[in-house]
Amino acid sequence: MWPYLERMEALLDRTLAKLNKDTTMAIEQFIDNEVKNNDVVLFMKGTPQFPMCGFSGQVVQILDYIGVPYKGLNVLENEDLRNGIKGYSNWPTIPQLYVKGEFVGGCDIVREMFQAGELQSFLKEKGLPVKETASA
Amino acid sequence: MPMDANEIERLIRSGIPDAHVTIRDLAGDGDHYAATVIAASFKGKSRVQQHQLVYQALKGEMGGKLHALALQTGTPEG
Repeated sequence: MWPYLERMEALLDRTLAKLNKDTTMAIEQFIDNEVKNNDVVLFMKGTPQFPMCGFSGQVVQILDYIGVPYKGLNVLENEDLRNGIKGYSNWPTIPQLYVKGEFVGGCDIVREMFQAGELQSFLKEKGLPVKETASA
Repeated sequence: MPMDANEIERLIRSGIPDAHVTIRDLAGDGDHYAATVIAASFKGKSRVQQHQLVYQALKGEMGGKLHALALQTGTPEG
Protein backbone atom coordinates (compact mmCIF):
# COMPACT_ATOMS: atom_id res chain seq x y z
CA MET A 1 0.00 0.00 0.00
CA TRP A 2 2.61 2.58 1.03
CA PRO A 3 5.07 1.97 -1.82
CA TYR A 4 2.13 2.32 -4.20
CA LEU A 5 1.11 5.66 -2.66
CA GLU A 6 4.67 6.89 -2.81
CA ARG A 7 4.90 6.01 -6.48
CA MET A 8 1.63 7.83 -7.14
CA GLU A 9 2.93 10.85 -5.28
CA ALA A 10 6.16 10.88 -7.26
CA LEU A 11 4.21 10.60 -10.50
CA LEU A 12 1.96 13.48 -9.47
CA ASP A 13 4.99 15.62 -8.57
CA ARG A 14 6.59 14.96 -11.94
CA THR A 15 3.34 15.73 -13.79
CA LEU A 16 2.89 18.99 -11.90
CA ALA A 17 6.49 20.01 -12.48
CA LYS A 18 6.09 19.32 -16.19
CA LEU A 19 2.82 21.29 -16.33
CA ASN A 20 4.50 24.25 -14.63
CA LYS A 21 7.38 24.07 -17.04
CA ASP A 22 5.01 23.87 -20.02
CA THR A 23 3.10 26.94 -18.79
CA THR A 24 6.33 28.89 -18.28
CA MET A 25 7.50 27.98 -21.77
CA ALA A 26 4.13 28.82 -23.34
CA ILE A 27 4.07 32.22 -21.64
CA GLU A 28 7.67 32.91 -22.64
CA GLN A 29 6.75 32.06 -26.24
CA PHE A 30 3.69 34.32 -26.07
CA ILE A 31 5.73 37.26 -24.72
CA ASP A 32 8.45 36.66 -27.28
CA ASN A 33 5.89 36.76 -30.11
CA GLU A 34 4.27 39.93 -28.79
CA VAL A 35 7.50 41.91 -28.41
CA LYS A 36 8.87 40.72 -31.74
CA ASN A 37 5.71 41.23 -33.79
CA ASN A 38 4.78 44.65 -32.40
CA ASP A 39 7.07 47.67 -32.61
CA VAL A 40 6.11 49.08 -29.23
CA VAL A 41 4.61 46.95 -26.46
CA LEU A 42 3.73 48.01 -22.94
CA PHE A 43 3.09 45.36 -20.30
CA MET A 44 1.00 47.16 -17.75
CA LYS A 45 -1.59 46.92 -15.00
CA GLY A 46 -4.92 47.82 -16.58
CA THR A 47 -5.35 49.08 -20.13
CA PRO A 48 -4.16 52.24 -21.89
CA GLN A 49 -7.74 53.54 -21.50
CA PHE A 50 -7.99 52.49 -17.84
CA PRO A 51 -4.62 52.10 -16.14
CA MET A 52 -5.00 50.37 -12.77
CA CYS A 53 -1.73 51.57 -11.29
CA GLY A 54 -0.06 54.97 -11.15
CA PHE A 55 3.24 53.74 -12.58
CA SER A 56 1.54 52.14 -15.58
CA GLY A 57 -0.56 55.30 -15.98
CA GLN A 58 2.56 57.48 -16.16
CA VAL A 59 4.05 55.47 -19.01
CA VAL A 60 0.71 55.53 -20.87
CA GLN A 61 0.62 59.33 -20.54
CA ILE A 62 4.18 59.64 -21.86
CA LEU A 63 3.55 57.36 -24.84
CA ASP A 64 0.29 59.14 -25.65
CA TYR A 65 2.02 62.51 -25.41
CA ILE A 66 4.79 61.38 -27.74
CA GLY A 67 2.11 60.01 -30.05
CA VAL A 68 3.80 56.70 -30.85
CA PRO A 69 1.41 53.81 -31.55
CA TYR A 70 1.77 50.96 -29.05
CA LYS A 71 0.11 47.81 -27.85
CA GLY A 72 -0.88 47.60 -24.19
CA LEU A 73 -1.04 44.18 -22.54
CA ASN A 74 -2.86 43.93 -19.22
CA VAL A 75 -0.97 41.63 -16.84
CA LEU A 76 -3.83 41.74 -14.34
CA GLU A 77 -5.88 39.59 -16.71
CA ASN A 78 -3.44 36.70 -16.47
CA GLU A 79 -1.43 35.67 -13.44
CA ASP A 80 0.95 33.58 -15.58
CA LEU A 81 1.67 36.58 -17.80
CA ARG A 82 2.19 38.76 -14.72
CA ASN A 83 4.82 36.38 -13.38
CA GLY A 84 6.20 35.44 -16.79
CA ILE A 85 7.04 38.99 -17.82
CA LYS A 86 9.11 39.44 -14.64
CA GLY A 87 11.25 36.47 -15.57
CA TYR A 88 11.45 37.34 -19.25
CA SER A 89 13.65 40.40 -18.73
CA ASN A 90 14.79 39.69 -15.19
CA TRP A 91 12.84 42.76 -14.11
CA PRO A 92 10.74 42.60 -10.94
CA THR A 93 8.18 45.31 -11.63
CA ILE A 94 5.45 46.37 -14.00
CA PRO A 95 5.10 48.41 -16.27
CA GLN A 96 7.68 47.23 -18.81
CA LEU A 97 8.23 48.88 -22.17
CA TYR A 98 9.59 47.03 -25.22
CA VAL A 99 10.63 48.60 -28.50
CA LYS A 100 11.40 46.37 -31.49
CA GLY A 101 11.86 43.39 -29.22
CA GLU A 102 14.22 45.21 -26.88
CA PHE A 103 13.43 45.90 -23.21
CA VAL A 104 13.71 49.66 -22.69
CA GLY A 105 12.83 49.94 -19.03
CA GLY A 106 10.20 50.42 -16.37
CA CYS A 107 8.45 53.58 -15.26
CA ASP A 108 11.51 55.34 -13.81
CA ILE A 109 13.72 54.78 -16.84
CA VAL A 110 10.98 55.71 -19.32
CA ARG A 111 10.24 58.92 -17.39
CA GLU A 112 13.93 59.80 -17.14
CA MET A 113 14.44 59.20 -20.86
CA PHE A 114 11.33 61.19 -21.75
CA GLN A 115 12.37 64.16 -19.62
CA ALA A 116 15.80 64.18 -21.24
CA GLY A 117 14.25 63.97 -24.72
CA GLU A 118 16.03 60.64 -25.19
CA LEU A 119 12.90 58.56 -25.57
CA GLN A 120 11.75 60.59 -28.57
CA SER A 121 15.13 60.37 -30.30
CA PHE A 122 15.40 56.66 -29.45
CA LEU A 123 12.01 55.95 -31.06
CA LYS A 124 12.90 58.05 -34.11
CA GLU A 125 16.18 56.16 -34.49
CA LYS A 126 14.15 52.96 -34.51
CA GLY A 127 12.12 54.42 -37.37
CA LEU A 128 8.93 54.84 -35.36
CA PRO A 129 6.47 57.71 -35.88
CA VAL A 130 6.73 60.36 -33.18
CA LYS A 131 4.59 63.45 -32.88
CA GLU A 132 6.68 66.59 -33.38
CA THR A 133 6.49 68.80 -30.34
CA ALA A 134 7.99 72.25 -29.87
CA SER A 135 10.55 70.90 -27.40
CA ALA A 136 10.37 68.24 -24.74
CA MET B 1 4.97 44.57 5.95
CA PRO B 2 6.68 47.84 4.97
CA MET B 3 10.43 48.05 4.82
CA ASP B 4 12.67 50.37 6.78
CA ALA B 5 14.71 52.93 4.80
CA ASN B 6 17.93 51.89 6.59
CA GLU B 7 17.31 48.28 5.65
CA ILE B 8 16.92 49.25 1.97
CA GLU B 9 20.13 51.23 2.11
CA ARG B 10 21.97 48.39 3.84
CA LEU B 11 20.83 45.85 1.24
CA ILE B 12 21.83 48.06 -1.69
CA ARG B 13 25.27 48.71 -0.15
CA SER B 14 25.81 45.03 0.54
CA GLY B 15 25.30 44.31 -3.16
CA ILE B 16 27.03 47.42 -4.52
CA PRO B 17 29.75 48.31 -2.00
CA ASP B 18 30.80 51.60 -3.68
CA ALA B 19 27.25 52.93 -3.93
CA HIS B 20 26.19 56.28 -2.55
CA VAL B 21 22.60 55.75 -1.57
CA THR B 22 20.05 58.45 -0.82
CA ILE B 23 16.59 57.38 0.22
CA ARG B 24 13.50 59.50 0.63
CA ASP B 25 10.28 58.25 2.19
CA LEU B 26 7.82 59.77 -0.27
CA ALA B 27 4.57 59.34 1.58
CA GLY B 28 5.85 58.97 5.14
CA ASP B 29 4.23 55.54 5.28
CA GLY B 30 7.37 53.41 5.08
CA ASP B 31 6.06 51.94 1.84
CA HIS B 32 6.76 54.43 -0.94
CA TYR B 33 10.40 55.34 -1.37
CA ALA B 34 12.60 57.10 -3.88
CA ALA B 35 16.22 56.00 -4.02
CA THR B 36 19.15 57.56 -5.79
CA VAL B 37 22.06 55.19 -6.22
CA ILE B 38 25.34 56.58 -7.51
CA ALA B 39 28.22 54.18 -8.06
CA ALA B 40 31.46 54.32 -10.03
CA SER B 41 31.00 50.62 -10.76
CA PHE B 42 27.94 51.52 -12.87
CA LYS B 43 30.22 53.03 -15.48
CA GLY B 44 29.73 51.51 -18.93
CA LYS B 45 26.43 49.90 -17.94
CA SER B 46 23.04 50.75 -19.40
CA ARG B 47 20.29 52.17 -17.20
CA VAL B 48 18.49 48.83 -17.35
CA GLN B 49 21.64 47.02 -16.18
CA GLN B 50 22.19 49.56 -13.39
CA HIS B 51 18.64 49.13 -12.13
CA GLN B 52 18.99 45.35 -12.38
CA LEU B 53 22.06 45.49 -10.15
CA VAL B 54 20.08 47.42 -7.53
CA TYR B 55 17.15 44.99 -7.77
CA GLN B 56 19.60 42.10 -7.40
CA ALA B 57 21.04 43.70 -4.29
CA LEU B 58 17.52 43.98 -2.90
CA LYS B 59 17.31 40.18 -3.15
CA GLY B 60 13.79 39.81 -4.44
CA GLU B 61 12.25 42.31 -2.02
CA MET B 62 11.45 44.64 -4.91
CA GLY B 63 7.93 44.06 -6.12
CA GLY B 64 7.25 42.03 -3.01
CA LYS B 65 7.78 43.47 0.46
CA LEU B 66 9.03 46.64 -1.16
CA HIS B 67 6.03 47.84 -3.09
CA ALA B 68 7.17 51.14 -4.50
CA LEU B 69 10.74 52.24 -4.95
CA ALA B 70 11.30 54.94 -7.53
CA LEU B 71 14.86 54.42 -8.68
CA GLN B 72 17.40 56.74 -10.17
CA THR B 73 20.92 55.52 -10.86
CA GLY B 74 24.08 57.07 -12.19
CA THR B 75 27.83 57.37 -12.00
CA PRO B 76 29.64 60.00 -9.88
CA GLU B 77 30.33 62.30 -12.86
CA GLY B 78 26.69 62.28 -13.86
